[in-house]
Amino acid sequence: MSGRILLGHGGGGSLSQRLIDTELRPLYADPTAPLHDAASLALPHGRLAFSTDGYVVHPLEFPGGDIGRLAVVGTCNDLAMAGARPWALSLGLILEEGLELTLLRRILASVAAAAAECAVQVVTGDTKVVERGKADGAFLTTSGIGLLMAEQPIGPGRISAGDQLVVSGDLGRHGMAILMARHGLDPHPPLLSDCAPLWPLVEALVARGVQLHCLRDLTRGGLASALHELAMAAGLQVRLSEERIPVSPAVRRGADLLGLDPLHLANEGRMVVVVDSADLEATLAVLEPHGGAWIGAVEGEQGPAGAAAHPAGPRLLLRTAFGSERVLSPPAGDLLPRIC
Amino acid sequence: MEVCGGHTHAILRWGLDQLLPPAVRLIHGPGCPVCVTPAATIDAAQALAARSGVILCSYGDMLRVPGSSAASLLAARAEGADVRLLTTPLQALAIARAHPGCEVVFFAVGFETTAPATALLARSVRAEGLTNLSLLTAHGRVAPAMEALLQPAHCALAPQASARADSPQSSVGISAAALAAAPTPASPSALGPGSAVQGFLAAGHVCGVIGTAELQQLVERRGLPVVVSGFGPLELMRAILACVRLLEAATPRLINAYGSVVRPQGNPAARALLEEVFTVVDQPWRGLGVIPGGGLALRESYAAALDAGRRFPGSGAAQGAPAIPSAAVALAPPPEASAGPCIAAAILRGEATPLQCPAFGQGCTPEHPLGAPMVSGEGACSAYHHYRSPQGSASPASAVPR
Repeated sequence: MSGRILLGHGGGGSLSQRLIDTELRPLYADPTAPLHDAASLALPHGRLAFSTDGYVVHPLEFPGGDIGRLAVVGTCNDLAMAGARPWALSLGLILEEGLELTLLRRILASVAAAAAECAVQVVTGDTKVVERGKADGAFLTTSGIGLLMAEQPIGPGRISAGDQLVVSGDLGRHGMAILMARHGLDPHPPLLSDCAPLWPLVEALVARGVQLHCLRDLTRGGLASALHELAMAAGLQVRLSEERIPVSPAVRRGADLLGLDPLHLANEGRMVVVVDSADLEATLAVLEPHGGAWIGAVEGEQGPAGAAAHPAGPRLLLRTAFGSERVLSPPAGDLLPRIC
Repeated sequence: MEVCGGHTHAILRWGLDQLLPPAVRLIHGPGCPVCVTPAATIDAAQALAARSGVILCSYGDMLRVPGSSAASLLAARAEGADVRLLTTPLQALAIARAHPGCEVVFFAVGFETTAPATALLARSVRAEGLTNLSLLTAHGRVAPAMEALLQPAHCALAPQASARADSPQSSVGISAAALAAAPTPASPSALGPGSAVQGFLAAGHVCGVIGTAELQQLVERRGLPVVVSGFGPLELMRAILACVRLLEAATPRLINAYGSVVRPQGNPAARALLEEVFTVVDQPWRGLGVIPGGGLALRESYAAALDAGRRFPGSGAAQGAPAIPSAAVALAPPPEASAGPCIAAAILRGEATPLQCPAFGQGCTPEHPLGAPMVSGEGACSAYHHYRSPQGSASPASAVPR
């Protein structure tokens, strides 16, 4: 094969076939099985979770990961947030004409490694090639099926006043690693993305009997966006203690340099866990060894029919290290570095 | 008054104003570089970006700020313009080398903090002999703006409209003389009705470049204390305490409370670069009017080859003028700092807080800004929006009387 992706690789002819046979088949559970238009899956008992996500990241390879790892881990994490063990994935590739084949191979190897790490099978896929200039190297789409393992549904509807908030690790690494790479900043030691599967942590919490009220992976918009959304959805007030929110010195320095809030930065391997206060100790026992920490609590009054409300309206508050208090707002749009 | 937008954000972010006794009130100053960049200059940048074959580069914050229409450079990019975000001006060199068939324009804004990097770019372009890179500059000087803010509104801060009659060239060549000429002396009691400022927290990073001499002169001329402050919460509290002590003792002095960064002589290398590349000019600040000595324009020796206004004569943004002169583009009429009910101009002058604006959090949000201070990462409105809840604020912010 030539060293670059050609339009013909998406044309459905022999070039396409060779790309599939040499590069994509090895991803599948049984690389020798005949290809068909759809995978048939034997359903285990119980309920399923289903999620999909598109991945467009620049640069395609970044410190601590690449778009391949991101596409597997991201969708698996979405499943995990519903309390589901990731089980099967689809992989859609939109490749730009001219993409280096060696880069594609690295991305696909990364897909395979991440799938193995998440114990998930890639069962179906699709590849398209678009003309040069019409895509940013490669766009990936994964859809995933997961097996629901938690007894109770997990979601914003179960958040209630008095619940406690725990994050699974320090925040902002992925967003800062991407920004540094994008702006040609090269920190020493290098700052790596936190891109990693969350299911093992969720599984450990479930195994310990923790009643998970809500889980949210802290992707785009960071902790601020995720908790703002949860506070609004639950109609409750969330109060955080800034001192307790773990942020590494490297991320803090980078954020200071660029004029950004670490709590706005994306993560790809971090979640916030909302639990009953009775489960706080067990939750911390699981998450603290991974850098997790208690960060705050949900406030409000529980109505008779379970309707919850806070008199000041739902909002997200942050108590600073100085004892002052402010709101924590989600970012308005793209994070742009300040001027000076 | 804390002059610098970085200070304003740190104060709101840490809730420092909530921790101060009621007698100490912080007035937010105009030190947000993109907020005070004149709308006409942004219009000029948009006009250049719209030209085919032009790659317009600037800092991230600048891309979001609306010009005299609601449009921003990001909107121009969405319509097909090649607009690129840089974190340092020198990145423009690589873009110019990589695109020899294109004209690369660096839209240079900011105070004395960013001006040396622009100067370095200018020198590098010349040294390398690049012919496809030019500069659209709107660099402001902070100390003259501080002085202007102390003047009664009707005298120092010429209304925007009065700038309209000036041809763009009129400002070029008004040099350091404007600075050196001591303005009318005034005692603190003679401060203009528009000013409630009794002391300044000076911008630490600006002073890191220019040093403290200009501020020392300000203290001597105006008889009010100036404390150079860092940006950490403790550094700010220490600077506020120093300022309060000077006021209580009625001993106006200059104190450098950011000695870890700021030396009295500033950064000699950066100052030498500024001196080599720029000349001091009168400059309009958005929302404030024309500030004597308030800006930097390329010296003729650099402007001849690098001024984007000369590179693109007749650009629509020059409003009939033969060229877009650096910095002076702004002398074309900036309609106002803002649109509709927005009170950005009063906020930039420290006469009002964002909470006094009828549009704040209602018609004006970071997603749909009416004025530049809501857009910028260093604008006062954006600070209030991020850190103070509009409905039932986390703690009431002190109101500043007009």
